[in-house]
Amino acid sequence: MLFALAVAALVLVPVAVTFSSFARVEGDILAHLTEFVLPELVGNTLWLVLGVAIGVGVLGVSLAWLTAMCEFPGRRLFDWALLLPLALPAYVTAFVAIGLLDFTGPLQTWLRESWGLTGLPEIRSRGGVILVMSLALYPYVYLIAKNAFATQGAIALEAAQSLGLSRTQGFFRVALPMARPWIAAGMMLALMETLADFGTMAIFNYDTFTTAIYKAWYSLFSLPAAAQLASILILFVLVAVVFEQRSRTRMRYGAVGRGAASRRIKLSPALAGLALLYAGAVLAAAFLIPITQLALWTRDVIAADLDARYWAFAWHSVLLAGMGALMVVAVALLLAYAGRQRPGPAMMWTQRLATLGYAFPGAVLAVGLFIPVAALDNWLIDTGRAWFGFDGNEILKGTLLVMLLAYLVRFLAVGFGPIDSGLHRISRNIDEAAKNLGTGAAGLLTRVHLPMLRASLLTAATLTFVDIMKEMPITLMTRPFGWDTLAVRVFEMTSEGEWERAALPSLAIVIAGIIPIILMTWRGAHSHG
Amino acid sequence: MKPTLTRLLAALAFTAAALPALAEEVVVYSARNEQLIKPLFDAYTRETGVQVKFITDKEGPLMARLKAEGKNTPADMLLTVDAGNLWQASEEGLLRPIRSQTLLANVPAHLRDPDNEWFGLSVRARTIVYNTGKVKPAELSTYEDLASPKWKGRLCLRTSKKVYNQSLVAMMITEYGEGKTEDMVRGWVGNLATAPFPDDTKVMEAVAAGQCDVTLVNTYYFGRLMEKSPNLPLAIFWPNQNLKNKAAGVHVNISGAGVTRHAKNPAGAQKLIEWLSSDKAQNLFADVNLEYPVNPKVSPDKTVAAWGGFKQNLINVKEAGSLQTKAVKLMDRAGYK
Repeated sequence: MLFALAVAALVLVPVAVTFSSFARVEGDILAHLTEFVLPELVGNTLWLVLGVAIGVGVLGVSLAWLTAMCEFPGRRLFDWALLLPLALPAYVTAFVAIGLLDFTGPLQTWLRESWGLTGLPEIRSRGGVILVMSLALYPYVYLIAKNAFATQGAIALEAAQSLGLSRTQGFFRVALPMARPWIAAGMMLALMETLADFGTMAIFNYDTFTTAIYKAWYSLFSLPAAAQLASILILFVLVAVVFEQRSRTRMRYGAVGRGAASRRIKLSPALAGLALLYAGAVLAAAFLIPITQLALWTRDVIAADLDARYWAFAWHSVLLAGMGALMVVAVALLLAYAGRQRPGPAMMWTQRLATLGYAFPGAVLAVGLFIPVAALDNWLIDTGRAWFGFDGNEILKGTLLVMLLAYLVRFLAVGFGPIDSGLHRISRNIDEAAKNLGTGAAGLLTRVHLPMLRASLLTAATLTFVDIMKEMPITLMTRPFGWDTLAVRVFEMTSEGEWERAALPSLAIVIAGIIPIILMTWRGAHSHG
Repeated sequence: MKPTLTRLLAALAFTAAALPALAEEVVVYSARNEQLIKPLFDAYTRETGVQVKFITDKEGPLMARLKAEGKNTPADMLLTVDAGNLWQASEEGLLRPIRSQTLLANVPAHLRDPDNEWFGLSVRARTIVYNTGKVKPAELSTYEDLASPKWKGRLCLRTSKKVYNQSLVAMMITEYGEGKTEDMVRGWVGNLATAPFPDDTKVMEAVAAGQCDVTLVNTYYFGRLMEKSPNLPLAIFWPNQNLKNKAAGVHVNISGAGVTRHAKNPAGAQKLIEWLSSDKAQNLFADVNLEYPVNPKVSPDKTVAAWGGFKQNLINVKEAGSLQTKAVKLMDRAGYK
């Protein structure tokens, strides 16, 4: 419990810095935003959240059901390949989608010039943003829901059928409701990322709450107004999270049984064909087409841009993402475990607060962390000067420690989601049985729960690893001199609109991100036996 | 005893003074991206032996960082890609005045801070680009004219969130005031053929493809695009050349730099900025990105020179900063996304 509080306190630092902005209210800027900017973008944001929720929900759940419960040609390939879009930053998918589908893109140009056809739906629109975000983020739901279906789906379905329900009824009335906490955990991650997204929204020029935050900061020169808007966003997320939590604490979930592998549903040839077509189309749109475009662009710039430094960039990225993922997983495990040992409203709030960092717009969180670190540093330096003749101007700033702590605050939710829902799946009867056999709390964790949690831990580590690889604002603000990463390269290229040149570092991020995804799938498959 | 101590102290002081000189370095916070500045810093190190350490980020975070670090900042110099942010840095007390005859001589008065806290180092001109198959140059005249009904459905613009559009509108405010400028921006919005684009390249591609006929971009984006696809039906037009008021001339912004208030090596930072304004560096500085040199004695790159000469707008670029908030609010009111 103490530990959980300490972690929550760490996350509360940037939250407190952000909320402290209310000490200085710039009335004219807020009044302007309220009158001319907010009305439209609140609507925009709500539509976006609703659309992406439906998008990632439908894509993630349906694909998870198909690969976990059904048999169709290519299933084993799709099982892991459908995770690949995780490695692709959403802004890359967005840029490629607009490049291909806009008025100037090849498709519309061809239709116009060969057939005289115009009037295709505009990609730079609300529908376009929702489509791209759904394609980029569905793997969060897919991954977590797949684990749920794989461990409980078959038996649930069998039970439903023995009660006289059809297969479809069984899915909607038994399997789906039973998987709800996992689906919700995945959707929460996707939606928090959507709310905090800036890059994709900038490419679509789609105004959301987060773009208004940056407008207040960068264009209206008011960091306080930006922080105030961010506070409102965070409160909104907190309410949503708690509401979601409330609605499911009334239910208890435990695993019904394991292993769907032997009892997959054999689809009829027609249905199997449809399943193949559907999974293939999603994979193509979300990954294959964007990655092909990236590869083509990379081919044009690789000779000029690829130099020896890329090894260092890639090494920094992998090292930071690896250390960050380990730290996030360890802390998330302890936080989730504390919740199992001492459930209750206080613990629930602690957990919710501790995982809020993911909903922050990245740069706002970076500043919220940097300000207190710099203040502490200034104090340390002054003390050092007065007492020890210290000569320098950085102690904590510009160290990897600050960077890793910042990643922890930002990505704890990503590690916590899968681990917490994994823990929920372990029946309390097992705990009782272990206790009766004389196992203590520590033994329960290491000898009983950890082996059962292996898949969840791997999921958490992979998601965090890939997210850190793609992360930009925190990396930019807290990296020590010379610690440029692949994501920093993407920033250097895109900051002056050189998207094609950004293909090289983007592609490198994807490749480095694919490795743990494949590793996870391979290990995951083996741990299921 | 006493002389020995003095000598010892003197020796220590000497060592302390000699140490930084051995490895003199200048630390730069830069919003100008790596591939556009590193070649220059490398050249400077080769020429002077002074190491340049730098870190890149957006202006907002860099300034927040300087502010939070206060007197313990490692940064000696702040480099940005627009005047507005330098003005803001100066307002927040993050910069210090530079006394340099070299800079006063090399940088024209309208491209530097009147209080000498920052200096322009390259010029970015925002001009009209049109589709040569659909527009005759004679139809074009001014930025203001793009609001007239004859351009209905023929104009494409980049988003108002980009600082270059904000500073262009700020320049209009100095001449016409907020009311008339807002009417003009409303006119632009009314003439748009499609929703604003995220960058200058995309908007030019739309003009080339015939989605619209005319747009506003920074010239180096035009240069870059034409280098890649020389056959696009696009050309540059220099607006506002015949006006006599304050809005006369092509709107220019700068990429520029200043010395931080709490610099550890202010003299070194100043020398670097002076060097960046010199003939040799100016050639490099502007050529790596097809911008215009700020130093009038230096001629631009061949590609750039081929676009022809033009009259610049002479309002001090600091107005881009002081009027930026007004410009942004005005564009919000006018519905320019």
